[in-house]
Amino acid sequence: MKKSVLAFSAGLGMFTASVVAAPTANAEDLTLCWAAWDPANALVELSKDFEAQSGHNMSFEFVPWPNFADRMLNELNSGGKLCDLMIGDSQWIGGAAENGHYIKMNDFFEQEGIDMADFIPATVTGYAEWPKGTPNYWALPAFGDVVGWTYRKDWFERPELQAEFQEKYGRALDAPQTLEELKDVAEFFQGREIDGKTVYGAAIYTERGSEGITMGVTNALYNYGFLYENPEKPYELEGFVNSPEAVAGLEYYKELYDCCTPPGSSDWYMSECIDAFKSGQVALQMNFAFIWPGVESDPNVGGGKSGYFPNPAGPGGHFAQLGGQGISVVAYSDKQDAALEYIKWFAQPEVQKKWWEAGGYSALNAVVEDPGFASSQPYAQTFLDSMAIVKDFWAEPAYASLLLPMQSRIHNYVIAGQGTAQEALDGLVKDWNEVFEDEGLK
Amino acid sequence: MSDHHRSHRPEPGSTALVHRVKGLSDRAIAWLFILPTIVILLAINIFPLIWTIYLSFTNYRVNRPNKAVDFVGLRNYERILSDTDIWITMQATAHFLFWTIFFQVLIGFALAYLINKKFKGNDLLTTIIVLPMMLSPAVVGNFWTFLYQPQIGLFNYVVSFFSGVDPSQFSMIGDVVLAPWAIVIVDTWMWTPFVMLICLAGLRSIPDSIYEAAECDRASKWRQFWTITIPMVLPFLMLAVLFRGIENFKMFDLVVQLTGGGPGSTTELTSINLKREAFEKWRTGYASAYAVILFVTVFGLASIYVKALNRVKDR
Repeated sequence: MKKSVLAFSAGLGMFTASVVAAPTANAEDLTLCWAAWDPANALVELSKDFEAQSGHNMSFEFVPWPNFADRMLNELNSGGKLCDLMIGDSQWIGGAAENGHYIKMNDFFEQEGIDMADFIPATVTGYAEWPKGTPNYWALPAFGDVVGWTYRKDWFERPELQAEFQEKYGRALDAPQTLEELKDVAEFFQGREIDGKTVYGAAIYTERGSEGITMGVTNALYNYGFLYENPEKPYELEGFVNSPEAVAGLEYYKELYDCCTPPGSSDWYMSECIDAFKSGQVALQMNFAFIWPGVESDPNVGGGKSGYFPNPAGPGGHFAQLGGQGISVVAYSDKQDAALEYIKWFAQPEVQKKWWEAGGYSALNAVVEDPGFASSQPYAQTFLDSMAIVKDFWAEPAYASLLLPMQSRIHNYVIAGQGTAQEALDGLVKDWNEVFEDEGLK
Repeated sequence: MSDHHRSHRPEPGSTALVHRVKGLSDRAIAWLFILPTIVILLAINIFPLIWTIYLSFTNYRVNRPNKAVDFVGLRNYERILSDTDIWITMQATAHFLFWTIFFQVLIGFALAYLINKKFKGNDLLTTIIVLPMMLSPAVVGNFWTFLYQPQIGLFNYVVSFFSGVDPSQFSMIGDVVLAPWAIVIVDTWMWTPFVMLICLAGLRSIPDSIYEAAECDRASKWRQFWTITIPMVLPFLMLAVLFRGIENFKMFDLVVQLTGGGPGSTTELTSINLKREAFEKWRTGYASAYAVILFVTVFGLASIYVKALNRVKDR
């Protein structure tokens, strides 16, 4: 009798231990794929809470930005099972939805009470919807991002520089409000000696291989009046992509590159701009908002030495290039239930709050509309202002075919100085028309 | 009979096999050996080639498996051959090919000629010279971007030291005029040792007796060089040109790391352009037509060249 009681107790103990060790019936190994950058490291830390709560094990596959699209789109196109969760770029959403790479989330959102109205509208349109403007959701907004500007506040505050700028331009040396003012500031700093070192005006996106120069030039094009298509007639490009306003915007970007960037910056994207700013080479830096927590904590340029401002307005409007991504469940994954559990956990307001505190840009209204949000970080208000003026590149299934000609046409004109701005944009209209004809859209 | 002979006697159990093999004709045995190779060749070389030719007449996109594939006839070929941007990449490739081969042959032969002389430290110097070709092209491309950096790059400082031009006043990989030469310089730095080794093999294959005979005939060193050295090394030189020509026609990694094809499209070689069409724009049908055109070009040029090489060897 004693023996059987002991055996029963031991069995019960082992059963209890196994249940404690694995809180869910089917503990899964989930792999989340994203770009290799600072926010990804923050997500690794944040996900430890999910592991503890769910019993699932999280692995991560991070690829540096220049190779991110190549690597991950190959993975999706080949039906690979490497990624269960994908934080894919906003422009992939059309292709991923139409080619069946992501699962549709509408039923899941409804079932779990996740409401897209609780997220910043621009991020829902940009990261989750396909077709745009319809309530068909393929992702949960995961990381709000937008192109903005960083400047050396400590340099701007120097009395001798303020006086010189005032005398030259008739206004105070401050964060620029317009693109023209931005060029003046950049020109003012170009080649200037500061603390015995030659510094330059602005670090801007010029990279050719992936998406860099497009993500940069659009911040000028939008604000001069460039439109992707006729708002009344989809896919009609002539006179919108290559309008006189768009030509002026492109000329502006080239002038900015020619007058006010460091030597050798002909192929710069996010990391090169960060390096130039942190090493004290430039007064202004164009970059996505994700870098701001890193700037603030940097020993050289952080701790109040830097300031932040949204992309300045132009004669044709006030916009900024949208960045950021949504999180999706990959249709080829065998662990979709566990992956959806992760999204359910991630969507919770308290997790989103922690996400912002860890350096991730939450897109949840409850977080960004909190009264304390704007003053929670020196860049928080700029982030909110910037997210209110976003515009995104094409998110069509053929987005890569649309992006590459833009990269080469713009680089040819801005960096290589070949042809005119009008010729570059006329060429772009021709290339894009060809793509839409191939797609059967024209 | 010795043990050695006994060990070659067939085992009783193997006689059946011997009879079976004996039952096959020589031709059948030959086929038996060749067949696996033919099957592998068909599977990994010939079939993809035929499939590529087929795809080149369609609008197929590998990333759109659900989309209907239409036969488009010669439309892909027409588009490629009438596309001015593609002709620009062809010109960039021709510039790269011509000048890299020119400098590599010139410098490679000169180095081989010097190394061929006996002197102290000859072996060590040869090892040092061949070091660049042992590196990965991607690594070479990457570190040369630092050497070419206008503000901190060693290359710019060396040029500045000799020319007096401020190092930050020129950007080797950011300038339309300089960038095509920037990639030529790096490829020449990396692959000249390869040409040198081939030339060295050629120089060392020339028997001393020929030079001794020329000395007896009171031929000058200059005449010996033009009438003995050059003709006898020529087949080796031509072989080096063939190898480097084929390699550089498909050059990709080094240039992608160095310039990414820029500035503009100044250094976008055909292989880079083809990769963008095939694996970034995913225009599989179009890229197949592009690949077929390149294949025919390289195959045609290589065939003519190999005939010329054989003629030189037979002389």
